[in-house]
Amino acid sequence: MTPKIELKGVFKRFGPKVVLDGVDLSVMPGESLVIIGGSGTGKSVTIKSVLGLVTPDKGSIKVDGQEVTRLTGRAREKVNQKFGMLFQAAALFDSLKVWENVAFALIQGRGLGRAEAKKIALQKLAKVGLGPEVAELSPSELSGGMQKRVGLARAIAAEPEIIFFDEPTTGLDPIMADVINDLIVATVKEMGVTTLSITHDMTSARKIADKIAMLYKGKIIWSGRKEDIDKSGNPYVDQFIHGRAEGPIKMEVVR
Amino acid sequence: MNPFALVGRFVIAFLSEIGRIAAFASKAVPACFMPPIYFRLVAQQMMRIGFFSLPVVGLTAFFTGGALALQIFIGSDVGAETLVPQIVGLGITRELGPVMAGLMVAGRVSAAIAAELGTMRVTEQIDALVTLSTNPFKYLVAPRLIAAVITMPILVAIADIIGVMGGWVVGVYSLDFNSAIYLKNTANGLEYGDVTSGLWKAAVFGFIIALMGCFHGYNSKGGAQGVGAATTNAVVSAAILILAANYVMTSIFFGAGR
Repeated sequence: MTPKIELKGVFKRFGPKVVLDGVDLSVMPGESLVIIGGSGTGKSVTIKSVLGLVTPDKGSIKVDGQEVTRLTGRAREKVNQKFGMLFQAAALFDSLKVWENVAFALIQGRGLGRAEAKKIALQKLAKVGLGPEVAELSPSELSGGMQKRVGLARAIAAEPEIIFFDEPTTGLDPIMADVINDLIVATVKEMGVTTLSITHDMTSARKIADKIAMLYKGKIIWSGRKEDIDKSGNPYVDQFIHGRAEGPIKMEVVR
Repeated sequence: MNPFALVGRFVIAFLSEIGRIAAFASKAVPACFMPPIYFRLVAQQMMRIGFFSLPVVGLTAFFTGGALALQIFIGSDVGAETLVPQIVGLGITRELGPVMAGLMVAGRVSAAIAAELGTMRVTEQIDALVTLSTNPFKYLVAPRLIAAVITMPILVAIADIIGVMGGWVVGVYSLDFNSAIYLKNTANGLEYGDVTSGLWKAAVFGFIIALMGCFHGYNSKGGAQGVGAATTNAVVSAAILILAANYVMTSIFFGAGR
């Protein structure tokens, strides 16, 4: 079976700083992979490389077996139609109403009429637990948790095959974080999609992942099923999942 | 520090900025002509860039025309009644109308575009567009460029009329000129070329204004401070480019050999 997403030897540097140092990763269809790792280890750049927001210096990225690393223009847009993305701060368009945000891919991408697109948008909003009264608001009138939910509705609106989650629970209170996790699990199960997420929240990772991969200094240092993460035998992984300051990972903190 | 290194660094930075702007424009201009063209957004931007700039541009033109009339009257001994309207007419339509309107709109619109696109950049809204299979050049940049190039000549045409009227108000109510003779002299002093050259300038200025706003906003980084810097750079570079382009176009339209 061809992997849905496959990264091989992906390398990226910004100026002198090497961010990705040969990342190998594959996600099978219907699988949920969560990349964990500290801040600045290259998690975001990995996701952005797959999305085409960042072009890697070396290596190959395949989506459904198709090489996408150097795609531009229309060809890139076509690949991106398979994608849905939930951004860390939701990244809702503040010039548009909530329902127009959710319907964006339907109106711009699929050329649907506004009335029809609005109907679908309201359904998607209901799926993430938001009523029609929210649809007419502007994104700036919503709380952080509600913005995340609208972001999720926007990501699933065009029925993507692959959904990316960038720190889905960051900045939320623990209860709202759990609500979002549940929503993600429920949506993913219902739609049968493949997902690639990044997070440093282990509670969230354990909840939404089938498989977990740990990124450290631009390389995948461990990957496996989430059940196996507690017996990985990898001191880096152990330190991270238990959140210990002492261990092989040294934080650059000046005391 | 070595002064040669300093000069070299400045020159390289300057040239690479020009290169970046050219690369940006080479993506932005084709986006204006290739479908999909978002007409709704073009109309929205025409309102923002054109219509809402009317009060600013109108007031600027009015006072400029008035001051010009006064200056020329003070500086002329005889024949002020023909001289004032003719010079006001020429000055406004050829130079002051487009340049003043261009600078005012640069301050208003370049800044607004840079701040809006810059904020969209730092809050990942531009990335979100790409993930929703929408080309940001077509969705954000092209509508602003098209709207500015279309509305600037219209704005300047209105500024021309208001500017001449400013001169007329001063002439008739302050300098005791005859109203009918003033208008007749204005019309006699103007040729088509005077007005059309100013409108061509306006279209170019519109392009500069939108391009600078989009370029600096699109490439801004580093949070609130970055957006602030982008806004400033957009206004300053638009203003300088307008003045430089104005000189070049004046020398082409009215230059040696005519």
